[in-house]
Amino acid sequence: MVAERENVQVTEEKEYLQQNLRDSRNEMEIVFDAVSCNESFARVAVAAFITHLNPTLEELADIKTAVSEAVTNAIIHGYENLAGYTRHGEMRPAYSVIHPGKVRLHCILEEDTLSIEVSDQGRGMEDVARAMEPLFTTKPELERSGMGFAFMEAFMDDLEVESIPGKGTKVHMWKKMRCGDWIGKED
Amino acid sequence: MEDFQIIDNCLMVRMPEEVDHHRAAYICEGADRLLVRENVENVVFDFEDTRFMDSSGIGIVMGRYRKISCFGGHVYAIHADRQIQRLFRMSGLHRVVEILPG
Repeated sequence: MVAERENVQVTEEKEYLQQNLRDSRNEMEIVFDAVSCNESFARVAVAAFITHLNPTLEELADIKTAVSEAVTNAIIHGYENLAGYTRHGEMRPAYSVIHPGKVRLHCILEEDTLSIEVSDQGRGMEDVARAMEPLFTTKPELERSGMGFAFMEAFMDDLEVESIPGKGTKVHMWKKMRCGDWIGKED
Repeated sequence: MEDFQIIDNCLMVRMPEEVDHHRAAYICEGADRLLVRENVENVVFDFEDTRFMDSSGIGIVMGRYRKISCFGGHVYAIHADRQIQRLFRMSGLHRVVEILPG
């Protein structure tokens, strides 16, 4: 009797909070220098943005990986800021040049769908389809695996890439968040 | 444990907590310097400390595999968590790099 009433109350609260989550909208936009030390910053920023949804460890790992791939592409392909490594083992003086440029990271949380847009104003791509082929890379000397887009596609629900040579590139990805059961853990 | 160790002709590479493009150069350069200098037969990547990896990690392992397999050597991965194993499978790297159980 009392227990039943409490159960109903918990269920109603849970539905109310979940409804709030569904109706809520949150947005963030950060712009940072296209340098490799910001790859980690971008990952952590997105993780922090979604942390209140209590994502599963796998969701978090997937999203951080997708962000890392997109941001890295903007830095090393968009702006050619390579802190990479040549196969031949030389010190590459040319790579110590840092080209000025910014990466824009724009996230929207709307009705439990996370939208992530990574854009740059770098050199852009002629052939987006080719670039998105698994194992294809324009920088084999950097020991790039060519799996960046493949991982983004695998870890996110949707992926759209727009690019104009000489103008820049926009990578837009979406993922539906399966909100964790933080409400269910009633003391 | 140091980042790079040679034990019995085997190069042990201790992967860092985050394996991404930013950290890739240090790992590749360190490993290759030892591959060339010492009499290394096999390479083992230890992911015990690794909490994050993206496709840069695949590139690092693939690059060392290409180098060592020319000489008939093998590449192994140890202490790789589920996510890392997933990345290996998705890239096909699991076919050439043996993932050893913890």
